[in-house]
Amino acid sequence: MKVTRTVQKKEITKLQELAYELKVGQAMTTDVITVTPQTTMAEFREILRANRISGTPVVEGGRMVGIISIEDLIKALAAGELGATVEEKMTKDPVSLYADEPLIHAVSKFERLGYGRFPVLDREGRLVGIIVQGDIVRALLHRLEIEYHEEEIHRYRASHIFEDILADRITLVFRYHVKGGDFAHGGEASSRLKRTLTRLGIHPHAVRRIAIASYEAEMNVVIYAEEGEITAEVQPDRIRLLVTDRGPGIPDVEKAMEPGFSTAPEWVRELGFGAGMGLPNIKDCSDEMRLESEVGVGTRLEIVIYLEPEG
Amino acid sequence: MKLREVLEIIEGRLITQNVDLDMEVEMGCGADLMSDVLAFTHEGTLLMSGLTNPQVVRTAEMAGIKAIVFVRGKVPPPETIALAEEKGIPLLASKYTMFETCGRLSRAGLPRCGLFESSLRRWEEFFEKQREIE
Repeated sequence: MKVTRTVQKKEITKLQELAYELKVGQAMTTDVITVTPQTTMAEFREILRANRISGTPVVEGGRMVGIISIEDLIKALAAGELGATVEEKMTKDPVSLYADEPLIHAVSKFERLGYGRFPVLDREGRLVGIIVQGDIVRALLHRLEIEYHEEEIHRYRASHIFEDILADRITLVFRYHVKGGDFAHGGEASSRLKRTLTRLGIHPHAVRRIAIASYEAEMNVVIYAEEGEITAEVQPDRIRLLVTDRGPGIPDVEKAMEPGFSTAPEWVRELGFGAGMGLPNIKDCSDEMRLESEVGVGTRLEIVIYLEPEG
Repeated sequence: MKLREVLEIIEGRLITQNVDLDMEVEMGCGADLMSDVLAFTHEGTLLMSGLTNPQVVRTAEMAGIKAIVFVRGKVPPPETIALAEEKGIPLLASKYTMFETCGRLSRAGLPRCGLFESSLRRWEEFFEKQREIE
């Protein structure tokens, strides 16, 4: 039950956001059928029937002078006044909307006034369209369809995983293999990890920190080691990143942590890496960091980033 | 600042296809060191760089860099362009030096990324030590 409620709440917020973003002009029908004040009610009845509509603006000399609807027609029928002109039966000075107003104004006017339709004007007072409630729903759905492109669907599905899984403790584990010396593909593991974390709905700031730390560590593996592995353990309140490699190891870990200290060969420096900032960068990105290394065996880097609770 | 304006200010050219020129960049950073890009930028940054290998695009992706300008007339190899197209990161080219490209954009009002705690700390520690020696 809780999950369903959260989903609904999110959807409504999204719709409200769109109703503020979209303009009345984007939702209205521009192909407006109009009548003149001189049109008779009998003619008006035919126009409604032929076009399957329930009302039209009344226009004279390019300006809107009123609005007439099926309710007016019913009253005229009851009174036996089908020969009367539209001018006698229409609503004068109808409530209208401007095309550049946010759609949310239309929503609230429909709700407040209970009318079936509003004529839409430009700021010079010219009639440019007409809007009924169905137009609003159609415009919002259309926009939602465009907005929810594939990546968002992935994200939407994945971001509810923590809510959907029931356990006292949840840890999602993602593992990526890194090949040493493969500069052309260096960073791919971190790229995939970043996308995965984004889809999980983790806050962009936390994702960026993990991605930077993971990428720096991955490039170290690519530059120095034969092969390595990146493991990300995602818990609701933290992400633990473990990068291990089979490589030469670091003789002096403390020295390696000093900004600017590097043993990188020239070709690596030419590519924009190996300036001795990788490990300090990783440290700056993390809340906890442990670096262990054994010469001739390999290196093990562990970092933890705390996730701030939502809200 | 929109990419359209960036191109105008630096008299630059587009390298990648299908670029949304109305895309907004919020600030600028000039760097040839990828670790510096990772450490001293924010989400939404426009990167000026003289490096053209694919790792520049990877770095941009990790750091949330919006678009990249290659300075001093450098043009990237096909693999860099291919990766940028895949990641949706627009690539721009400037014939001017790093200094002039950044200078033009800064003068036109593109904000900087600001100071960072980590580098400021190191800077202060260094001069603190120097003062103790004196």
